[in-house]
Amino acid sequence: MTNQVTLSEKNMQKVSAHQKVMKVVVQVLLYTFLITMAIIVVFPFYWMIISSLKSETEYRMAVPTLFPKEIIWHNYVEAFTAANLGRLFFNTVLVGIVSTVLSLVITVLSAFAFARLEFKGKNALFAALLATMMIPGELFTITNYITVTKLGWIDSYTVLIVPFLVSIFYIYLLRQNFMQIPNELYLAAKVDGTSDIKYLWKVMIPLSLPTLISITILKMMGAWNSYVWPRLVTSSEDMRLITNGLRDAFTNTTGTANYPVQMAAVTVVSIPLFLVFIFLRKYIMKGVSRSGIKG
Amino acid sequence: MVESKHKWKAWLYLSPAIILLLVFTVWPIINTLRMAFLNGYSLSREVGGWTFGFGIENFKMVFNEYSGFKQCLINTLLLTVLTVPISTMLALLIAVCLNSIKPLQRLLQTIFFLPYVTNSIAIGMVFEAMFNIVGFNSSSPSFGIINSVIGLFGVDPINWINESSPYWANITVLVIYIVWNALPFKILILLGGLQSINRQYYDAAKIDSTPRARVFTKITVPLLSPMLAYVVITGFIGGFKEYSSIVGIFGDDMQAAGGKSLDTMVGFIYRALGNQEGIASASALILFAIIFVVTMINLYVSKKKTHY
Amino acid sequence: MKVVLQNLTKIFPSRSKKAGEEVVAVNDFTFEIPDGKLIGLLGPSGCGKSTTLYMISGLQKPSGGQIFFGDDDVTELSAENRGVGLVFQNYALYPHMTVKQNIMFPLQNLKGEDKLTKEVMLDRAYQAAKLVQIDELMERKPSELSGGQQQRVAIARALVKMPKVLLLDEPLSNLDARLRLQTREEIRRIQKETGITTIFVTHDQEEAMSISDMIVVMKLGVVQQIGAPQNVYDNPTNLFVAKFLGTPPINVFKGYVEDGKLYIGEKTPIYAEPAVEADTESLAEVNAEPAVEADADAEPLAEVNAEPAITGYQHGEYVLDIADMDLDPIEDQAVIIGIRPEGFVPCADGPLTCDLSSVEVMGRDVSIVSTHKASLNPMIRSIVDTDAAKGTKGNTVRFALKPHKVFIFSAEDETRLGKDPSTWDLPAPTPAVVAVEGEGEASTTKSTKKDSTSNKKKKRRKNQASGKKKNNKKIGSKKKKSKKKGSR
Repeated sequence: MTNQVTLSEKNMQKVSAHQKVMKVVVQVLLYTFLITMAIIVVFPFYWMIISSLKSETEYRMAVPTLFPKEIIWHNYVEAFTAANLGRLFFNTVLVGIVSTVLSLVITVLSAFAFARLEFKGKNALFAALLATMMIPGELFTITNYITVTKLGWIDSYTVLIVPFLVSIFYIYLLRQNFMQIPNELYLAAKVDGTSDIKYLWKVMIPLSLPTLISITILKMMGAWNSYVWPRLVTSSEDMRLITNGLRDAFTNTTGTANYPVQMAAVTVVSIPLFLVFIFLRKYIMKGVSRSGIKG
Repeated sequence: MVESKHKWKAWLYLSPAIILLLVFTVWPIINTLRMAFLNGYSLSREVGGWTFGFGIENFKMVFNEYSGFKQCLINTLLLTVLTVPISTMLALLIAVCLNSIKPLQRLLQTIFFLPYVTNSIAIGMVFEAMFNIVGFNSSSPSFGIINSVIGLFGVDPINWINESSPYWANITVLVIYIVWNALPFKILILLGGLQSINRQYYDAAKIDSTPRARVFTKITVPLLSPMLAYVVITGFIGGFKEYSSIVGIFGDDMQAAGGKSLDTMVGFIYRALGNQEGIASASALILFAIIFVVTMINLYVSKKKTHY
Repeated sequence: MKVVLQNLTKIFPSRSKKAGEEVVAVNDFTFEIPDGKLIGLLGPSGCGKSTTLYMISGLQKPSGGQIFFGDDDVTELSAENRGVGLVFQNYALYPHMTVKQNIMFPLQNLKGEDKLTKEVMLDRAYQAAKLVQIDELMERKPSELSGGQQQRVAIARALVKMPKVLLLDEPLSNLDARLRLQTREEIRRIQKETGITTIFVTHDQEEAMSISDMIVVMKLGVVQQIGAPQNVYDNPTNLFVAKFLGTPPINVFKGYVEDGKLYIGEKTPIYAEPAVEADTESLAEVNAEPAVEADADAEPLAEVNAEPAITGYQHGEYVLDIADMDLDPIEDQAVIIGIRPEGFVPCADGPLTCDLSSVEVMGRDVSIVSTHKASLNPMIRSIVDTDAAKGTKGNTVRFALKPHKVFIFSAEDETRLGKDPSTWDLPAPTPAVVAVEGEGEASTTKSTKKDSTSNKKKKRRKNQASGKKKNNKKIGSKKKKSKKKGSR
């Protein structure tokens, strides 16, 4: 029994005091680290907002100020005109809503078919669809560009909406959800002569609401953040989505751009996302941890 | 009777999805393969009545430095190799710390998630503003907030992204931005994983007088390994596809004026689009192959090291 | 290494803002656990036994009181520094390590001068594995082991660092019935071989009784009784302890004591009624012969006048004299009577009459199931010898009672009556002695025959170790209990 630790009274006190100190030290270190990282993470946002409120001259000061001396709200007005934000907002919102609604319809129908209906080749088809998830999107872009050019869809709303209506991941997610709803409900409804659509509307959708909300949010966020595809397929300024318009309006000419106005524009673009985040944070985070893609 | 009705109905419900998929997913796969092997294929030329022969000309041209392919490859690899380990380890550290505190945990979790809900182009412009030196060529430039901060530590201002800024500075800025963007997702996944580890293992380790560091390496990390593997794999895949972050900071031409091009593989593909679709297809296939191989390697390694 | 608990208390604060919703999980627990003994903490769920165990291990901090290992106060010491071994209820084996790595894990944490070489570690691991008989499975992972095997690994891991104290949290509850019997013997064997002071927690009284040197019965954070298993069984301090130990459980009756006599049932007044023979006077004959009473359900007869006169009382069934039960005199009062199943003796003229329900043959014994108006259980179960049960049939069965199997509790607070607390520390009687199967005699055989020498040591230890709630002096002063040599 030589390896046992027997402590005398004095040693006991030393050890327990040491324990207590260590505990406090560790907590202090943890909080310091976390708060430092949090400040670093949050800083760009802070910088964005205060820069947007500064005057141009103040912005250019050799030593940047951490809080605007003068608050220039006018920057925001300028941002709207310079970047044609109004039109961009409109485009993006329109595209977002339409594509989300259509996408939901398609997703719900497809998920329902896979979850509840029996047909030959169901499993094979589903497996094939899942396999396509693995391929990077860029591969599709090329051909899709060609296709839409041939179809003459360039520079229209259609081209911004249609190609991305089907997301296999969302079908998969919703299917899993549907499968958890007991089949007996469906059969009972059938016996009562309920049509499928009615059943979907009255039963399945309400029961899967959290998932549907997550999908909606992620899809809208996707529309808000999309850059590459709109860039490719729209040429006229009128049809641009918000991200493209933003970037183009403030092309990088070093030293001469009006940064505060740019920051104002960026802030305006970011605010809707913030609001969504604050109120619907739960759904976003749940959806993300299950998907791993930004929509 | 029900059966056949089912079949008919099912196909009806699936029809919109299937049609769209056929056109925008299945056909592209086939077509991309096709175009890659049509020498010098280009849409405009096709419309103009050109015909193309089969071959691997496109691939050859890609490797022959068409439009700076090599630099794109280097950029992509460099960014991926730097950002994935850094963001993973940082996320792990933050997740572990978050898991060890009770008060303020929710608040901090929310804060760390913020970068996710942003538009990468938009915030890229913010980063550009932070690192920018305004009035670079004038007599009294203002060095930007970042330079001011490092000035507090006695470091001279650095030309991060302005005209003729050094390559390493550009890359550093990009790495910081990409890591900043990647943290929320990783933290979320890893924190979820940490919280799912049974407390009893930690109790048992306490009884066994295990020092903190050893608890981390011998218990936490192994039990977290499935989540870590997922984060690393998706991190690599995302890294290879990096594109919008660069546009966000450097704009469409993907470079600081007078500096090296910071274009990535994806950017290369997009640039070839509209010009030489054949080359675009070929490079897309190459990218896919690289991602595939790397993912397979990752899966193999994780199989050996992950414990379920 | 003896373990001393002094006024140990644990209070969990209330979750809401409301005051008074805090939970007192352990309430003022004082006990000195002698070195090298196997102690069982026994009680229903929520009684505080696991909390106590976790406080001893250091994973929980007490709200009050102290814990000593030997002479050292370890109350403020964290779990890492206490040198205890703990076997968790769910084993908590590291799933990603092999059995060998699991067992070696604690050894690898020793540092400084205690650091061991790899060979020594391996050797110790194998020794521990051999002790619990899993040395064949060293390279397996926990997921590849059965429940019983996992548990043995957990025990090996706890033992390998040669702890001063070994703690087990409900070690048998996750095992199937067959394995339980086997494993509890294993625990006993290992404890004897290593001689480590061992404390285990369980809600199964059979488990606790079968292997412990001493058991601690707890209820809602308060210690009810501490003693050797047989002792606690034979001399419960209150109704709860009596009901908790023993299978089948003790049979409980309503009753009362009057004039030194124990009655089952109620004493009801008899009202005047001209034409009815109220034969109520033939009560309370204190003879050697048990007086058989009329049925206790003599209701007040009809014809209730405005003020019915009470002409007498109908007693319950007089079953025993207090004096014959090795008890101090008990005042007249309503009581609750507990009778062990083995305390019933079928007797043609026994004082207790029950309505027979069924006779269950168990081979060696017979279980007679009956009912009685004054019984507080739906059924009365008695275990009798097959021979003694012969002739039991019909609608009723009459019993004589073995006095030392009958416990009297106050109806008010359920404490044991007739026993001075200081005499509770009685030696464990040797079981075979209870030769009470006298025919038809509610005899007054003593239960506590003088014990053999093997029990003398236990006696002494118990004297020193038992901490009574009321006699809460500082631990260390050996209390000499004045043992009442029962009236012989």
